[in-house]
Amino acid sequence: MNGESRKRSAWSWWYLLFVVQFVVALWPPLYNRIEPSLMGIPFFYWFQLLWVIVSAVFTAIVYFATND
Amino acid sequence: MQDVNWIALSIFVVLFGLITWLGFAAAHWRKGDLDLLHEWGLGGRRFGTLITWFLVGGDVYTAYTFIAVPALAFGAGAVAFFAVPYTIIIYPLVFLVFRRLWYVCSKHGYITAGDFVRGRFGNRWLALAVTVTGIVATMPYIALQLVGIQVVIGALGISGTGLAADLPLLIAFVILAAFTYSSGLRAPASIAIVKDILIYVTALAAIIVIPIELGGFHKIFAAIPPQKLILAVPGPNTTGSYSAYATLAFGSALALFLYPHSLTGILSASSGHAIRRNAAMLPGYTFMLGLLALFGFFVIAAGVDKLPEYAGGFKQFGNNFAVPALLLHSFPSWFVGIAFAAIGIGALVPAAIMSIAAANLYTRNIHREFINKNPTDKQEAQMAKWVSLVVKGGALIFILFVPTKYAIELQLLGGIWIIQTLPPVMLGAYTRWFNSWALLAGWAAGTVAGTAMAVAAKLTPTFPLSLAGHIFPGYTAVYTVILNLGIAIVLTPVFNALGARRAPLDATTAADYYA
Repeated sequence: MNGESRKRSAWSWWYLLFVVQFVVALWPPLYNRIEPSLMGIPFFYWFQLLWVIVSAVFTAIVYFATND
Repeated sequence: MQDVNWIALSIFVVLFGLITWLGFAAAHWRKGDLDLLHEWGLGGRRFGTLITWFLVGGDVYTAYTFIAVPALAFGAGAVAFFAVPYTIIIYPLVFLVFRRLWYVCSKHGYITAGDFVRGRFGNRWLALAVTVTGIVATMPYIALQLVGIQVVIGALGISGTGLAADLPLLIAFVILAAFTYSSGLRAPASIAIVKDILIYVTALAAIIVIPIELGGFHKIFAAIPPQKLILAVPGPNTTGSYSAYATLAFGSALALFLYPHSLTGILSASSGHAIRRNAAMLPGYTFMLGLLALFGFFVIAAGVDKLPEYAGGFKQFGNNFAVPALLLHSFPSWFVGIAFAAIGIGALVPAAIMSIAAANLYTRNIHREFINKNPTDKQEAQMAKWVSLVVKGGALIFILFVPTKYAIELQLLGGIWIIQTLPPVMLGAYTRWFNSWALLAGWAAGTVAGTAMAVAAKLTPTFPLSLAGHIFPGYTAVYTVILNLGIAIVLTPVFNALGARRAPLDATTAADYYA
């Protein structure tokens, strides 16, 4: 039990996916543009909405990968 | 003001009646002994993944959010979208940090952040600082929820003078207070399910119907002035709107789950798994919030703010009237009734949870710590029920007698204050390295500096920090929590060397923080 607990609390390389989420979401120069627009929606808006979905998928991946 | 919209009002009242019944019936849901504080104030820690999703969703994405974020997009443009990166990056924090807090709090029966800090650092004054900050930051937040109700009641065309003008708000308030008192956290948890379904229906219908009415997204965005469409590109020697946008998102994310009501939502979950699953599922609300932010642009494109029938509403409620006016303009009355009920009920859920969270804090970390050290379980639960009434009464008086402007400004300051509890609460979940008196000194410095900087910035959230000829505009909360942390780090070895009491009793062990 104790050994398993220690493993659970340890660092996992999968957490790097969280770092990617953070860096992209917090770096406005990356997405502060109008083109390419999607169905008339400027890049600034559709990219951040897309990033919500990507981030949720990343979090789900981390959940399954670290869930033993 | 426009005439009373009877169809919308009838549907609004029926839905309010439904949730009133639900709120009282909730006392019998997953039945527990409501004379125990953790049953009343945490729903007995019995909520699984799905109920936690509804509860935290109803808690974090409040009615005020649904009114204020589109209002900001309408008034200020692209910067309002910071709510999206903000609510993206909170979930890794929930996944990592708050899962640990859930485990330790569940093992030791902690129901507040104050309980945890008291146990972790063994310093009741540090716990008091965390507690008082939590209560003070929550009060204006509750008041703003009542503003959300006020706006939709006004938009239904109900107006009057004197007491009659405030009567609908008073009725909503009495309903809220009564079911919170009798059912505790089970009431907002059950109502949140209804509220979220209504909100999702409204948002989906609006995001499909309104762009069609307006001739497509091309036409909508063509109507937005260029300076509102994206962030202004920073000039030389400043990070301009970029650093402001990123720090607003980052600081708001760090602050969010330090608020007592957010932590209450987390701690009421039945397992650490439920927390981690929710970290992946809660972005569903973020996506909807992003869509709702676009409503601000729909308002501009539809020119609703220029229509004479809504002039009175905009005059009375400012930009907060933008979303209600858009809904009135775009939908038949029966649907407006549903949408407004979603917003009104959406205000009751977080207001209930906030008042419960504040009551838990007072009862556990002030009354029990400093006044009556050995209450019976029943006395403790009863105290919390009374305090929840007092807290809501305070918020009501505030909103009736003090201009809304002050509630908004206090809520802004509240975000700067609550983030100062980050070192003991969030870092405390990982380490007890800090000297508790150093943490207290850091908290005091961050709180004072944050308040001063916010006042200097004329009560706007961002402060133009000037360093080596460069200007870095950024969210005051982020700058001051860095100061707070720096002081805590520097003073920890100093205080330890001086022999100031160093966390003599850490009641928790390393194994308490995971399954």
